[in-house]
Amino acid sequence: MAEKVLMKGNEALAEAAIQCGCRHYFGYPITPQTEVAAYMSKRLPKEGGVFLQAESEIAAINMVLGATSAGVRALTSSSSPGISLKSEGVSYIAGSDLPALLINVQRGGPGLGGIQPSQSDYWQATKALGHGDFQLFVLAPSTIQEMVDFVSLAYEVGEKYRVPSMILSDGMLGQMMEPVEFPTKKEGPVAEKPWATNGHKNQRKKNIINSLYIEPEELENLVNERYERYAKIKEEEQRAEAFMVDDAEIVIVAFGASSRVSRSAVMQARAEGIKAGLIRPITLWPFPDKTIEKAVPTAKEFLCVEMNKGQMVDDVKLVVNGRKPVSFFGRTGGVIPTPAEVLDQIRALAGKEN
Amino acid sequence: MAVVFEKPKALSDVPFHYCPGCTHGIVHRLVAEVIDELGIEGTTVGVASVGCSVFSYNYFDCDMVQAAHGRAPAVATGLKRALPDNCIFTYQGDGDLAAIGMAETVHAATRGENITVIFINNAIYGMTGGQMAPTSLPGQVTQTSPYGRDVSTAGYPIRVCELLSTLSGTALAQRVTVDNVKHVLEAKKAIKKGFENQINKRGYSIIEVVSTCPTNWGLAPAEAVKWLQDNMLPYYPLGVYKDVTAEGGNN
Repeated sequence: MAEKVLMKGNEALAEAAIQCGCRHYFGYPITPQTEVAAYMSKRLPKEGGVFLQAESEIAAINMVLGATSAGVRALTSSSSPGISLKSEGVSYIAGSDLPALLINVQRGGPGLGGIQPSQSDYWQATKALGHGDFQLFVLAPSTIQEMVDFVSLAYEVGEKYRVPSMILSDGMLGQMMEPVEFPTKKEGPVAEKPWATNGHKNQRKKNIINSLYIEPEELENLVNERYERYAKIKEEEQRAEAFMVDDAEIVIVAFGASSRVSRSAVMQARAEGIKAGLIRPITLWPFPDKTIEKAVPTAKEFLCVEMNKGQMVDDVKLVVNGRKPVSFFGRTGGVIPTPAEVLDQIRALAGKEN
Repeated sequence: MAVVFEKPKALSDVPFHYCPGCTHGIVHRLVAEVIDELGIEGTTVGVASVGCSVFSYNYFDCDMVQAAHGRAPAVATGLKRALPDNCIFTYQGDGDLAAIGMAETVHAATRGENITVIFINNAIYGMTGGQMAPTSLPGQVTQTSPYGRDVSTAGYPIRVCELLSTLSGTALAQRVTVDNVKHVLEAKKAIKKGFENQINKRGYSIIEVVSTCPTNWGLAPAEAVKWLQDNMLPYYPLGVYKDVTAEGGNN
């Protein structure tokens, strides 16, 4: 068993990427993700890798596009305003069927917003991180251990289906410290990349990495083929944790930092005799509708708890589809809800049911 | 029978989509001839940019990546850092390189990225139908400067080679054209030097090719060449603006 070490979330994530074989990091400073870049600048040169501080977020994501085209595991990280800048490149990466990985350590928005933790980029990550019909594989860690474990998962799923992946973290997970364990197996399976533009060596036909298709039918066919892969991801890659949900009458749905607060509230509610439970989506896209669906028959109420004005709640409502009430509680602007606030919401819902 | 003229191997066997009199075809051929002569097709990766040359990924027979508008130097940087022993070139127009992609261009140059940049300066946006470019001349009539480029509101055209020659990471900044045989041969020599610099890890090389756009200039091909000679070459003098090999040494 590997030794446990105490690490900051951002640094643990960076180390995990190195252990997954990532030797090419391209980034730009922004709070609260800068520790990822700082850690990479310290470690990568010693691993024979490349750390490059780009002139902008836009350049950084396009460097990731280039390095990923060459067939290597590359990484970029940023925080909310910087992710907006990267959205052009993300759309090109998706349109070119490249499996790049990016990290969003979310802060409050819109605009320059604030530098405190937030989950207000849920819509951006799951619905529209750039123009066009496309999706990213989006993972939401809730512990520093998951900040480590999800890096290899993000690379592996992205490479398997040739889609970009994102780890949607936040300023709380990025900045806090917890003991973590790194897998003893250093590198996960790395998919073959016969599509890579790394020089044909006069041994194969040339490869082209491209997102331009002038003929509408050709583009439609390509997008349709991509959506067949998305359907497969929806079928096979959903992940969620169900905590005390089996007999739960009040089911909280929360991810990432707000799921930690919600878990405490659920345990306190149970101590008061209220049958509460927590569904924690781990994949935000694909949204874990199977886990929500399973809870619909026994649940009397769903409560979405988020650090925004209500974004994931839309997806919960789509699954529940009017069969049970779905309510929302959230704080935004960088404010983290307290377990007591969430418990009050649970009590109110329980009271309504009685 | 002796073969006296044939298609370079580094060009794919497909017809160009370029307009009659456009100089893209000549420049594509020169790049392909250089790739053939250096024997580097198997290790070269080209980056196509947005503009008329966007389809160059269909024309060069090496591996190709198509980049977003202006981002070719960043994509090339990612490729080169992952494949340091391969040859990476970008093929960019004036809107791509000197407007939307100026930050990527300046920073790739100042980092001394070991890439070769072929820069087509025809003083206009061709693909979108003839709008004012950062290199459009003072007084030049375009779709978005219908009264002629007014420098008091639209500013002055950018001389890219002069600008990039001030950066320490630039190994070669040379302006050429392809209006006659002599100039075509000089252009090829410059392009070859740009690739050789990369092989010898000397830094960023840019070869600016002053080019024609008969369609959007509204001129017949021969008139376009004359317009280039009379109007563009006085503003964009041909020549070597920086060459580290001439200065004696690798940077």
